[in-house]
Amino acid sequence: MIYWHIFLAFFIPNIVGYGGGPALIPLVEHEVVHNYGWMTVDEFAEVLALGNALPGPIATKMAGFVGFEQAGVLGAVVALFATIAPSLILMLVLMGVLMKFKDSPKVKKLSAIVRPAIAVLLGLMTYRFAFSSLSDNGWIHTIFLLGASYFLMEVRKVHPAFVITAALVYGAIFLA
Amino acid sequence: MKQINLFMAFLRVGLLGYGGGPAAIPLIQKEVVERYGWIEEEELSDILAIGNTLPGPIATKMAGYIGFRIAGVIGMINALVASVIPTVALLIFVLFSLASFREYEWVQGMTRGVLPVVAVMLGVLTWGFIKKSTADFGWLRVMFLVILSVITLQLLGVHPAILIVGLILYVFIKPEKRKGSEKAGETS
Repeated sequence: MIYWHIFLAFFIPNIVGYGGGPALIPLVEHEVVHNYGWMTVDEFAEVLALGNALPGPIATKMAGFVGFEQAGVLGAVVALFATIAPSLILMLVLMGVLMKFKDSPKVKKLSAIVRPAIAVLLGLMTYRFAFSSLSDNGWIHTIFLLGASYFLMEVRKVHPAFVITAALVYGAIFLA
Repeated sequence: MKQINLFMAFLRVGLLGYGGGPAAIPLIQKEVVERYGWIEEEELSDILAIGNTLPGPIATKMAGYIGFRIAGVIGMINALVASVIPTVALLIFVLFSLASFREYEWVQGMTRGVLPVVAVMLGVLTWGFIKKSTADFGWLRVMFLVILSVITLQLLGVHPAILIVGLILYVFIKPEKRKGSEKAGETS
């Protein structure tokens, strides 16, 4: 049963998630945190943070880790299969048909029309993470960390891996 | 030899690609077009365009398809394993090492310290999606879609997949307006 749940938890986000890996994040969070309750918001944030600090596609890192944590190596394989296989198989089988549609305005509109909904999901997640930090860390630390990480990543263009490492050190010293 | 090269190419793509799947695209281009010459530049942009018409992560669709094109089913599995498994194993290792120190206060502090950083990353991502949407539809229609999404997702508690499928169906069912002006680009 757990394998079926793992399959569904990653199959659904990947079959509706237009816009590449980042668009899948809120959809996977919905399944993993809200639907199945495998993780808390804080734990999911940690997976995302360390996942972003490490190289490679984010969708498969999330899937592999969650699958492994829930049901070992086989769980990881099931989660990765559900993430990779459906759209890859469609692509291999329908290459000829898809070739005809790649410039069709309707197909181009697909990711455009899905985008605002993904934006809302990402926005709601942003709110949950900020709110969770507020109740864990209080106003002062939260505002300082929000401001400092925005400044470093967006204004000074520091690589996220360094900012995440700095936040881990800050947390170990000041938030313990 | 080809399988080894294929493995090394996608291993480099996986290990050097910071910033998720889309960041891997220029690295894939460098390996399969420039370094090994397995695929022509135009074919790669076709593969990318077709990958974008389908949902799901882009990096694995590219790796799987290119692996299959170059070296059959084994090539496909080879390219997928090379681009996915090392980074997944690394994340599992890092998170489980952290978890084994879970009872220490300072490890819990680390988890809490990272929350605002992730919030900023997601906030920036949110704004990127909104800005891209307004370039497609203009502010008014985007605001309408945003409010519609907030109501269905947050107030009515509808599963996000249902909302997205609804939007996709709408694109296909909606009768095409202004057909005359678009026709020039459509026929080929």
